[in-house]
Amino acid sequence: MMENIEQKLISRINENATPLRIMHVCGTHERTISKYAIRDIISEDVQLLSGPGCPVCVTPVEDIDFAIELARSGKVITSFGDMMRVPGTTESLFDARSDGYDIRMVYSIDDAIKIAKDNPTLEIVFFGIGFETTAPSNAAALLRGVPENFSILTSHKLMPPAMEILTRDTNLDGFLAPGHVSTIIGTEPYDPISEKGFPIVVTGFEALDVLLGIAMVQNQLETGRSCVENAYPRCVNVEGNLKARELLYEVFKKTDSKWRGIGMIENSGLALKKEFEQFDAVNVHADIYKRLHEKKASESDNVDGKNGLYEECICAEILTARAQPSQCPLFGRRCSPEAPVGPCMVSLEGTCYNWYKYRHNKGI
Amino acid sequence: MCIAIPGKITSILNENTATVDIGGIKRKVNLDLIGGADSSLIGKHALVHVGYAISLISDEESEEILKLLRDVMDLS
Ligand code: SF4
Repeated sequence: MMENIEQKLISRINENATPLRIMHVCGTHERTISKYAIRDIISEDVQLLSGPGCPVCVTPVEDIDFAIELARSGKVITSFGDMMRVPGTTESLFDARSDGYDIRMVYSIDDAIKIAKDNPTLEIVFFGIGFETTAPSNAAALLRGVPENFSILTSHKLMPPAMEILTRDTNLDGFLAPGHVSTIIGTEPYDPISEKGFPIVVTGFEALDVLLGIAMVQNQLETGRSCVENAYPRCVNVEGNLKARELLYEVFKKTDSKWRGIGMIENSGLALKKEFEQFDAVNVHADIYKRLHEKKASESDNVDGKNGLYEECICAEILTARAQPSQCPLFGRRCSPEAPVGPCMVSLEGTCYNWYKYRHNKGI
Repeated sequence: MCIAIPGKITSILNENTATVDIGGIKRKVNLDLIGGADSSLIGKHALVHVGYAISLISDEESEEILKLLRDVMDLS
């Protein structure tokens, strides 16, 4: 029956297709779209653009370099697997691990805390990345209490401010809003963006969810509306997860934040509040942080001017939907998931990774 | 990274931890973000992300989705 509904949705989208640019800002949406070849089954008029929805892709190079420098100074770095192979200025965490430094992959912040408890003589740093979906778990862990030899390198990002910037800088007509970020923030934070004339539909992650999201954006435009609608009601409601947000803002405060490939965005990141600064890796390891920045200031390398990206890598354009992976001269040649040159080729949520995995190998 | 997986809460381990069944695999999950553990949660489905339940999954899902589908198809 669901297959039948998918067919009907595809027909609905295609029969009503007019030139339309819909952006998603979630790597998991890119995965669904690439995996089910949704771009190939809907009309070419309806373009699905991939935005900055992959957390490891937008983690600034400075933070990766700092994590590596900490490892090289004898600290234990704990990180989600996706982060390990993302290139920093000269190397990735994985490269540093191959050199013998102590870098461990964890599934959750709780695993990192356990490592700290089990090894009281070591200093453990957890590389805290991710959007609103991920940050509350770190807040909850800090509120429960962590050992003294544990600190966090926070590099969390908030999605609505980035969407706001994209409405100004990128040619687009509407958004599929990220389902899992929205479980936490609810639908209200998108209102100011929709009020500027951009339909927004909070969307889930099955092929049917994505097709429904597209049809609902299309429907809003056809009927001259722009509002926030929820196509993922099984997990998202208007107010989001109040408890998670309460914990989040007990520990963190909003701050300006740098996005790799995009640059500084006002109030788009999270910093630890003063009460928690004894767990902030930048404070705890201020000497290493300072040394790294002095070293950086005295060096000039070809990646700095491009927001930490290699000369030919066009991740900056890809993260803002101004280019597609196939337009990169390195795509599928020098850059592949086995040997990623830029951040978008590393994670399951990276646009280049998904295009490579689901399209390139099929000769599309 | 933002991938979250639905799991069924099968038992409560302590005030903030439960066991969930994710496709036949049992995992420990922290419930702090949904207000802590409580035996009334047993049998419910939760979205699990990096070891934490981030929201409960509504049981009335299909009705709501069918309504959205009807709205969008009817207007075409
Ligand atoms: S293919 Fe590789 S080098 Fe090119 S934009 Fe993507 S990640 Fe960057």
